[in-house]
Amino acid sequence: MKAEQIASIAHLARLSMDEAEIPRYQESLTSILSFVGDLERAQTEGVSPMAHPLPGLVQRLRPDVATESDAHERYQANAPQVAASLYLVPKVIE
Amino acid sequence: MSLHTLSLAQLGAGLRAGEFSSVELTRTLLARIEAHQPQLNALISVTGPTAMQAAAVADGVLANGGGGALTGIPMVHKDIFCTDGVRTTCASRMLDNFVAPYDATVVAKLKAEGMVMLGKANMDEFAMGSSNETSYFGPVRNPWNPQLVPGGSSGGSAAVVAARLVPFATATDTGGSIRQPAALCGITGFKPTYGRVSRYGMIAFASSLDQAGTLTASAADAALVLRAMAGFDPRDSTSVDRPVPDYVAGLEQPLAGLKIGLLKEFFEKGLDPANERCVREALAVYEKLGAQLVEVSVPNLALSVPAYYVVAPAECSSNLARFDGVRFGHRAKEPKDLLDLYKRSRGEGFGPEVKRRIMTGTYVLSAGYYDAFYIKAQKVRRLIANEFDQAFAQVDVVMGPTTPTVAFALGAKTADPVTMYLNDIYTIGANLAGLPAMSLPCGFVQDLPVGLQIIGPHFAEERLLSAAHAYQRETDWHTRVPRGYE
Repeated sequence: MKAEQIASIAHLARLSMDEAEIPRYQESLTSILSFVGDLERAQTEGVSPMAHPLPGLVQRLRPDVATESDAHERYQANAPQVAASLYLVPKVIE
Repeated sequence: MSLHTLSLAQLGAGLRAGEFSSVELTRTLLARIEAHQPQLNALISVTGPTAMQAAAVADGVLANGGGGALTGIPMVHKDIFCTDGVRTTCASRMLDNFVAPYDATVVAKLKAEGMVMLGKANMDEFAMGSSNETSYFGPVRNPWNPQLVPGGSSGGSAAVVAARLVPFATATDTGGSIRQPAALCGITGFKPTYGRVSRYGMIAFASSLDQAGTLTASAADAALVLRAMAGFDPRDSTSVDRPVPDYVAGLEQPLAGLKIGLLKEFFEKGLDPANERCVREALAVYEKLGAQLVEVSVPNLALSVPAYYVVAPAECSSNLARFDGVRFGHRAKEPKDLLDLYKRSRGEGFGPEVKRRIMTGTYVLSAGYYDAFYIKAQKVRRLIANEFDQAFAQVDVVMGPTTPTVAFALGAKTADPVTMYLNDIYTIGANLAGLPAMSLPCGFVQDLPVGLQIIGPHFAEERLLSAAHAYQRETDWHTRVPRGYE
């Protein structure tokens, strides 16, 4: 992994990272990716990818009806900044 | 009477018979927590006042002849479970000030049974770690030796039970996070089949692997609490709609004729010979009880760790995208713009191991690498699951070590993440295949506990618990308490 790759992944993952931190992740991600590179040697022709660990079960869907009551005040008590029941963020549109 | 060493069944019977009250029991255990927390750092929050109120309510119910098997018994929740009105941090700076606005299903169910929560257990940050050293609140110490790790990620839950501060703590297991700390702390850890216990309100790490379970002294104790925790939950889309057997009634199933598979790959290089000796002695006990030992194989087991370290980080990078500094969690000061808000809030809120996994996940899901890493890992996952299926066509359960070694020193494996990841070599397979698995104490190496792992086919919880119970009737390893905590 090159330093630029680390910076680019950090950007995609929306993680701030200063120059001094990069070598640390460069080293460990290189080591992790080389380790998981072992997967290459597995014979997987004709094997279908497995996303759910229980055979025959798929994600269940529920009817699209509202089941929760409005508790926004309770939820917004954890928000960093709220005004008039709205979450505040820095100006997005100039 | 030493209330802190009683089993859950004994505590329940004593409470119902009025031999002691929940208030007395709660006060006793809170005092033990106060005495030992400075040494162990096993809890992030202690909820003394609300615990005393809940205990008084339980006593009222019991006095009127009400209540069930668990009413009035104190316990601790891993700080990954949302607890209504109580700070829930997931051991992260990101959620340092988060007060959960609702109860996780597991929390609600145990509350409805009348259990009394004494606090929230320390853990690896977002359950990412095998030594409890990634916690924002500092490492947990192993009650058997404070220089050693308790294992992770449910290290705090394991330490409070091993030190007999509570008889039961909830835990979660994504790659071994219940079984590995159970082994390193000398207690019984149970991870049910994927989907058996609701994940609703359990902060997500890797949703196709995460499963809630128990840390207790014995398998009989695990059966009692698992019976209350398991069951269908419409709020968890992966919860399995299937009746819950009475795990307690199932404990006494006869063991004779049980076919035990010895997984060849569990006994190959990497396993400490002293640990192997303990595990083999435990297997000899099973043979004496009438079980039959058969060698089986999961040829691709060595690839379980690499497959896991693609699948789990991929799911983690997606799950942890919700932490954006807007609706809850840490927010960076004076953001320039929205991007700066996201990046710095996440950069400051997450610790190094969490960032490493988010970045690994982001990489393996990115264009150009998705097929080579993510799809390939999902295929290897299928191979391993199929190999376990084939093994269970020949045997009833599989047994082997839980960990390659006993507990290691704090700091010993933090330099290289891969060294730490390899510690989960024996536990990850069960998560990839969604199988129920447990660890129980089976001896000591240099005064440190060793774990025996039992893995079963899907929904064989009863079989595992009764097999463990049969062993625990023959041996007393699970009753050993670390020095200073008797």
